[in-house]
Amino acid sequence: MDPAAPQPGQPRPPQGQQGGPPRPKQGGPPRPPEQRGPRPQPPRDQGPRREGQRPPQGPRRDAPRPPPPPQIPNSSAETNRPAHFTTRPPPPPESLLSGVPDERGRFGQFGGAFVPETLVAALRQLEQEYERACDDTRFWERLRELFRVFVGRATPLYLAERLTRHAASRSPRGAAARIWLKREDLAHTGAHKINNTMGQALLARRMGKKRIIAETGAGQHGVATASACAHLDLACEVYMGAEDVRRQHLNVTRMRILGAKVVEVHAGSRTLKDATNEALRDWMASVEHTHYIIGSVVGPHPFPMIVRDFQSIIGRETMSQCLRSLGRMPDCIMACVGGGSNAAGMFYPFVDEERVELVGVEAGGRSARAGEHAATLTHGTPGVLHGSLSVVLQDEFGQTAPVHSCSAGLDYPGVGPEHAYWKDKGRVTYTSVTDDEALDAFTLLARTEGIIPALESAHAIAEAVRRAATMDADKDVVVCLSGRGDKDVDEAARLLALRDPGLRGD
Amino acid sequence: MGRIDDIFSAARAEGRKLLMPFIVGGFPTPGSTGPLLRALAGAGAGIVEVGIPFSDPIADGPVIAQAMHQALERGATPASVFNEVAAVRAELSIGLVAMVSASIVGRMGGPDGFAERAASSGFDGLIVPDAPLEESERLRAACQASGLCLGLLVAPTTPPARADRIAAASSGFVYLLARTGITGDRGSVPDVAPRVARLRESTPLPIACGFGIARPEQVRQVVREGGADAAIVGSALVRRIADAAEQGRDVPGEAASLVHELGSGLA
Repeated sequence: MDPAAPQPGQPRPPQGQQGGPPRPKQGGPPRPPEQRGPRPQPPRDQGPRREGQRPPQGPRRDAPRPPPPPQIPNSSAETNRPAHFTTRPPPPPESLLSGVPDERGRFGQFGGAFVPETLVAALRQLEQEYERACDDTRFWERLRELFRVFVGRATPLYLAERLTRHAASRSPRGAAARIWLKREDLAHTGAHKINNTMGQALLARRMGKKRIIAETGAGQHGVATASACAHLDLACEVYMGAEDVRRQHLNVTRMRILGAKVVEVHAGSRTLKDATNEALRDWMASVEHTHYIIGSVVGPHPFPMIVRDFQSIIGRETMSQCLRSLGRMPDCIMACVGGGSNAAGMFYPFVDEERVELVGVEAGGRSARAGEHAATLTHGTPGVLHGSLSVVLQDEFGQTAPVHSCSAGLDYPGVGPEHAYWKDKGRVTYTSVTDDEALDAFTLLARTEGIIPALESAHAIAEAVRRAATMDADKDVVVCLSGRGDKDVDEAARLLALRDPGLRGD
Repeated sequence: MGRIDDIFSAARAEGRKLLMPFIVGGFPTPGSTGPLLRALAGAGAGIVEVGIPFSDPIADGPVIAQAMHQALERGATPASVFNEVAAVRAELSIGLVAMVSASIVGRMGGPDGFAERAASSGFDGLIVPDAPLEESERLRAACQASGLCLGLLVAPTTPPARADRIAAASSGFVYLLARTGITGDRGSVPDVAPRVARLRESTPLPIACGFGIARPEQVRQVVREGGADAAIVGSALVRRIADAAEQGRDVPGEAASLVHELGSGLA
């Protein structure tokens, strides 16, 4: 059954539940670009929610809006809102954490569009097309249907009982919070990346662009892009660092079978950062007929917003599944953070729900020494990379620093600007997990639950076990299991063999 | 009036066009920027653009990106490039413009601190290719306070009304991109005359045209047929410098001879 289906007596939101737009629409003309208000908001009223459980700041469409929290100053967007806005549910006010980015693409001080002038027109076109798509019920119906029949949504929310027992066994009190897995690994192509690529490929078709380019690190975004392009009859070229081509060869083969051209990038560190540079350079020359499907909540505005919105299906499903299974919100939500797209999609619907603790888990690599990790928010400083102002691992002159992670998908020196904003606001806690801890969690999940996670997701699993062991047994932790680990088995086996094989129990 | 304004006014008064060669600071080796600047000045360059090496230059093609990576590997830093320029500034009358990524500006004191450092090292202006109009407000104020000009970019994809706003926000000159895409020389240069003419209607500023200009006839195309005030040559010169260094030839001499040759396109 569709766990996100409306309950009897509760109307299904107009869109938004199943891949619908982040804010529900009830008709009305498209907003002109200059009337862009604060960002969209997912529908809140889905699933059984008992009276009194709603946090006071949660915006309701059907109730008087509570006053904004006084500590965050409101800005001009409230007064700029077009007169006809009463014909549709209002987007969240900028006073809420979800009310970003502003019309300049800023998440607080972060974000923006630091790109050569050549790309400005394309970004504007994309922003306007997305605005129009947000007002187009058919667009979201099409995407919702693709999510259902092609991607296999809704993905299950799964109670990991043996993993929970393992966490309890590690706790001095012998108890641990229940650990739930949001099974994005079961989405088509094996990771959450497909949520974004289907949405953006549909946008590209709306814009009449028949060629798609993308960058990829672990190859999951590349495969998801190649799959979306094959499905929607678009030409596809994927830039991938030569080092990643080596360690993620399975995904290279998958992309080629799906009809995509894989372009090896030999510049710089030969990983995701350099693949992104090359994709941007391609786009500079091909912008008139090519759309760039960026794979994470990074890059210039409007990409961080669009990718977050398409990925927020993860958090919206999770919210309604929790309300159904628990009858309330979860206590804590965790996700791994490289560029941060699965985390952004998971967290965004919850950021205004203050009682839900949000934890992002970065790649701690081999150590906290520069060059040995990819824990951007933990160790980075504000800077510009790949078109947006965020937090970057860089030297004193703004040169991007080398990074390391056992996981190719987290091996990135930047992070999405909204994560920098959430960290700045104190809303999300960011922590890190080392290569070794992630490898342990990789094996642990495989052997307790029969699920081989992506090495990326294994970082979140490691932190979840750690944290659950400090929490009471009546608490609930949800982990975004962002991808499956098939792509990682060779690399993980190689790394595990380097350690004491006796400890592995095999 | 800054030095860049003076150079363009003098050229206009005499009906001359300018060549603006581009080099990568600290390339091919740390210490080579001073001798290169002397050689380019001697070969007739009016203004030299010095690229501050950056690890992730998204607007640059393979030639310049590679040169920047090598400069960084060999120990160049933005600070070392500033020092090299400052050491020869007093003996040169040419204009010097730093081309720098927003990342470096942000990390080296922000717009104010960076502009001040650039000015005190002897630069006359800045080009920040990844700071478009919307992200350049603080830079403009900082450049003005430090006496630098700030040339913003106008692309073939820029709508005319926006081009006008960009020109109005620029100082010193407007940087007209001859084509979409990254830096580097590829085939023929498109006819820029209509875009130059359109821009002239809205701004009195000189127009410098670059991206993909590598040969004397292409220089002539943009400054004579196209009507731009200056031609910017980057990748072709950087490639000549890289080749000369690799083959152990006289780097400043080779650079000067290319600039001299390209100068024939100005007439």
